[in-house]
Amino acid sequence: MKSSTGAHTGTGTWLVQRATAVALAVALPGLTIHFLTALPVDFAGWQTLFVPLWVRVLLLLTMTALALHAWVGMRDIFMDYIQPVGLRLALYLAVIVTLAGCEIVMLMALWK
Amino acid sequence: MKFRLYRYHPESGEKPHMQDVDLDIDPAGKMLLDALLAIKAQDETLSLRRSCREGVCGSDAMNVNGKNRLACITPLSELKEPIEVRPLPGLPVIRDLIVDMEPFYRQYRSIKPWLINDEPEPEVERLQSPEDRALLDGAYECILCACCTTACPSFWWNPDKFVGPAGLLQAYRFIADSRDEATAARLDNLEDPYRLYRCRGIMSCVDACPKGLNPTEAIGRIKSLLVKRRV
Repeated sequence: MKSSTGAHTGTGTWLVQRATAVALAVALPGLTIHFLTALPVDFAGWQTLFVPLWVRVLLLLTMTALALHAWVGMRDIFMDYIQPVGLRLALYLAVIVTLAGCEIVMLMALWK
Repeated sequence: MKFRLYRYHPESGEKPHMQDVDLDIDPAGKMLLDALLAIKAQDETLSLRRSCREGVCGSDAMNVNGKNRLACITPLSELKEPIEVRPLPGLPVIRDLIVDMEPFYRQYRSIKPWLINDEPEPEVERLQSPEDRALLDGAYECILCACCTTACPSFWWNPDKFVGPAGLLQAYRFIADSRDEATAARLDNLEDPYRLYRCRGIMSCVDACPKGLNPTEAIGRIKSLLVKRRV
């Protein structure tokens, strides 16, 4: 029998997923309350909700946590279901580009 | 009582099918294994594994009404009729209720389930403090029936790569053992996106374990040790 051994990776990604899960569990309800309590609101009022720096920083951090969380999750799904290495790497890349794109669009929207 | 039994005889060339069986048996005080043996007395072609008939050897694990359990300690009176009995899921079926346990044992072997200690043997025995010994409680009692591992979707999907709850519980049993010297190598062996981290913590293993053990907790402790080592 070939001796099994670990790839010596996985702890970091697992930790990232756990940490971002906690961050999202705290940040998402906070942000939701911040926006919901302001309703009903017109466009000008909606814009003022994004004026405080802490809202923009928190939104950006939340998006980053979401992106990292989604990355680990999607990576796990591809590891289970996509066996051809080339296809798997292409899908990894597609997810990274999509998530990084979301991050950049959000950054531009918040600090334009 | 009404039973629905999974039947598969590969040499007959027929596909697996469910067989309805009516058995005249008083459920009071009897276990499922008693009923299965009574059915086998009527129809000797029914194949199943059993040995100690008291929940110690772990050979009569099977899927009963959708849950993995040991037939010998499952009271008949607890079961809803028709009692549907199938082989353990996720392992190749050899015949009727008998599965090929090799994928399960291969993962078990891969964690080196023995004490590794290269120190010269002491005069009497390797002593443990009561506190160190207490760390093994909840880990050493596993009887390797495979109820937990075959209830785990991660194992169904990656039986060749994911160690599975039983193997990981045993891995923890040796990591926690104060007499074992190979902790670092054992953690190296497990630190892998598949071998350990395919566990998503859904706790099907805990639900299935007929000995009331908690593999998810042991897996959590292994992860904690790996995190401690890393940060």
